[in-house]
This record gives sequence, structure tokens and C-alpha cells, in this order.
Amino acid sequence: MTAAGLTKRSKIVSNKTMSFWEKIYLPAIIHGMWITAGHLFRKKTTVRYPEVKREFSEIYRGKHVLKRDDEGRERCTACGLCAVACPAEAITMVAAERKPGEENLYREEKYASTYEINMLRCIFCGLCEEACPKEAIFLTKEIVNADYDRDKFIYGKELLVEPMDPLKRIDVSKRQTPEVLEFKKDRNQRHNVH
Amino acid sequence: MLKVIIDNIEIQVEEGTTILQAARMIGGKVVPPAMCYYSKLKDSGGKCRSCLVKVVKGSAKDPRPVPKLVASCSTPVQDGMVVENTLSAEVQEARKGVVEMLLINHPLDCPVCDQAGECDLQDLSFGFGMEETETIEPRREYPGIDIGPLIKLNMNRCIHCYRCVLAAEQLTKKRAHGMLYRGDTMEISTFIQTAIDNDFSGNMIDVCPVGALTDRTFRFRSRVWFLNPMDARRECGKCSGKVVAWMFGKEIYRITGRKDQFGEVEEFICNECRFEKKDINDWVIEGPRKIKRQSVISSNHYEQMKKGSIIHPIEGTTEPQE
Repeated sequence: MTAAGLTKRSKIVSNKTMSFWEKIYLPAIIHGMWITAGHLFRKKTTVRYPEVKREFSEIYRGKHVLKRDDEGRERCTACGLCAVACPAEAITMVAAERKPGEENLYREEKYASTYEINMLRCIFCGLCEEACPKEAIFLTKEIVNADYDRDKFIYGKELLVEPMDPLKRIDVSKRQTPEVLEFKKDRNQRHNVH
Repeated sequence: MLKVIIDNIEIQVEEGTTILQAARMIGGKVVPPAMCYYSKLKDSGGKCRSCLVKVVKGSAKDPRPVPKLVASCSTPVQDGMVVENTLSAEVQEARKGVVEMLLINHPLDCPVCDQAGECDLQDLSFGFGMEETETIEPRREYPGIDIGPLIKLNMNRCIHCYRCVLAAEQLTKKRAHGMLYRGDTMEISTFIQTAIDNDFSGNMIDVCPVGALTDRTFRFRSRVWFLNPMDARRECGKCSGKVVAWMFGKEIYRITGRKDQFGEVEEFICNECRFEKKDINDWVIEGPRKIKRQSVISSNHYEQMKKGSIIHPIEGTTEPQE
């Protein structure tokens, strides 16, 4: 089989000598400059981030948040389903037992003493959110900031858990469709009864 | 030898064999689930009713069908008996009801429970349970009890199978716990919270089909499906020393008995092996333990990839007949 037969995109290279006009390169340079100048007056396709930000979808999948419940207790119970669902294996956690007197901090008997997401591994697919049985982890519209140091991309609980202050809570209601919210009201569903 | 037909499969068994044992000899989908029956414990079975089957033909001599569904774990086979398990819609329907009954008081705390991932009730309700619950009443609640420094008792999760009581009675010289009260309010308890303290008490954890009795040395340390089960052995004066070591890297997180395909331990192990030997140097590691493919413990362990192995229905579960 000839080389040309392997792919349809192969080109036969010619070694023909250039003419005088081609040798001085000027027409080619002027032509190139004309194209560049033409682009100066076109509509720009980039934005000047971070001064200008693009509009995000309401259900954009960005940085994760670990939600607290209405009483400010952490919802996460370190069940490990997000970690097992994660296709990038970005999530790790260590569980601990709630001690007497910590009932206002943690919702369940067990909680995550460390919870880490490696944002470099994360592909923001949202499977952790789908796997979560406690509605603890959600993806938000926030994006993960750039940094110079790889270690800083391993986000621990201090970056993931939402603030205790009710005014600073992160709203995830847009991520929950009306059907989901309606389903949650149904007390006949075993999922909704504790 | 008696001839018995279970789901159109014929098998010859010894006299005195129960239907469940005969079904286990056949194996596969024919085996009814068992929550309380434990072949290694005498007098177990007959309590949970999850192994109900339909006897279509009583025996060769008396071919009349048995009018009600029977508990296969405690019904001996007759010569010429014809039994239906997966083929009978009535059985499937009844089993669904049994699961519902078992779940009436069982809390939905699988995310917290250490048994999750190897829980018989979880498998049973996944196979036969309903999405919805019909009960709106609050579930009974008990505080967690520490039975000694090694075992945690969570009565909320107990399904009253009696396995632990029988294990304590048959494996140890003196049992220190039993069932108190009756019916719905029944609870496992020790005599005025006495710590259970003998060499084989840890087997209560292995025989418990749910997460009512769990290992305190492993409490909340990891989820079972993140660990690598390895066959391990050591020289032990009290037991065979053959165990499964659940490892994470080079660290042993917990030790359990070797469980067979029906979730029963092959040999009971002593407390020294189970609770005290958590160092890798104490053990001779034989190799990885084979866990059923459909178990969550085997998830993401791609030992052998078959074409389309993921989208095939889960082996061993039985779909209800239409």
C-alpha cells in the first residue's frame, strides 16, 4: 500500500523554487497584517475576567458545598456513597462518632471529621450530589479559584462546609427541581422519614 | 433418599433435610433468603418468615398441596414433594410483606450503620422491598448500649432473629444476655447491663444479620466497601485462626470470620483473633477473599471484565413474577 493510501489527508510536497515576489515576502506580510487588522474591529469573543464575568446557568456545577440543616447542624454523616460514586476518586473522608454535647453541630451519630475533595481530580460531574442520601453535598455556581500550589486544591471541611450564619447560607434550591421538592414532602416515602 | 423438586429442579436428599437446606444444595436463585436461620446454630430459624415457600404437592403418598405457605428453614422435605419459590407469585408477594414487616421498626440509618454493604436486610429489601412505607407511626427508639468494651448494641435495628442468643448459648459456657419483653417491645439485653465477657462473644457480631450488634473496635472507622478483604490465618489455641482481615493499605481495620455464600461463617473465631490482633505481623495473609460479584464490597474491583458485565441484571436476585 502506498503512503497516500493510508490517509486521505496526505499531501504531496513540492520543492518548486519560489518566484521573485514570493522571495521578498512583502505581499505575504501585508496580507497577514491585513487579516490581523481586520480582527481588531470585530466583536470580541473573550471577556475581561475577573472584572467581567459570564452569566452562569442556575444549575452550573462548580465548587461543592457541604450543607447544614435548618438548625445549623452538618448534614453529612460520612456514609461514603459520594466517594464510591465519584468516577475521578476525588473524595476522601474520615468518620468520627459524635460525642454527647455535640448534638447542635452534627445531625447524626456519625459525622465526617475530615472531608476532602481534590479539586484537580474532580471533573464536576455531580454524581456525588446524586449519590448523597442526606442531601449534604451540592455543587454550586461558585468556581474553584486558580492557585500556584497544587496542595491548595485539596479542599477540606473549612472550605466546603457552608457558614453557620443563616444569612450566609448557600442557596441550592435552584438545583432541586419542583418534582424533587414535591417528592420530599411525601411522608409516605421511606426516604423522607427518619 | 428422598426426591424433592424445587422450582422444577429435582434433587435427592437425606431424610430430615429441610426445604431450605435442599434448596441450598441446588444453589443459585432457588435458595430462599434467610434472616434468622443459621445452619451452624441449632434450633435457629422459623422466626423471620422471609424464607416462605409454597408446597404445591405435599408428598408422593399424599399429593395434596399445603394450604398455607411454609417456612422452608423449619419444614423437612417429604419424598416426592414439589416446592415453588421463585416460580410462585404468591411467595414473592408474601416475601414483600415480610420485608415490610421487618422494616416497620427498622430505622433508615444505613448511612450511619457499620453493617451497610454486608447487611442481609439491606439485600432483602433491595430485592423484595417497596419504595414506599405504609407506616406513619414513629419507630421504637432505644439508646445505644455498650455490651462491654468490644460490642455495641443498637436495639433500633434489631429484627428479633435470636441468632445472637443462640450463638451465645451454644458457643459459650454461660450466656449473659437474652430477650426481654414480648412482641413489638422485645429487646436484647444483658443481665443488668453486665458486660458479656467470654472468648467467643464476638461471634454475635458475625451472626447478626443487621447492624444491631457491631464491632466497637471498628466503629465508624471505614465503610466496608473501601476495605480489601484478605484471607488470613494465625496459630491460635482457642479457635482455628482462619479469618478475613479487612485491610486498608497495610493496616488491618477489622477481623471477621470467613463467611460463605449464604452469609454464614465457616468457623467461629475467638475474641483474641477478632479484637486484639490488628497488626499485620500477627497474621499470615493468604490472598484476597472472593466476595460475591453483586456485593457493593466488590464494586470497582475489576478482577475480570466481561463484555456488558455491568448492565447485566444482578445475579442471585429474583425478580417478582408477573
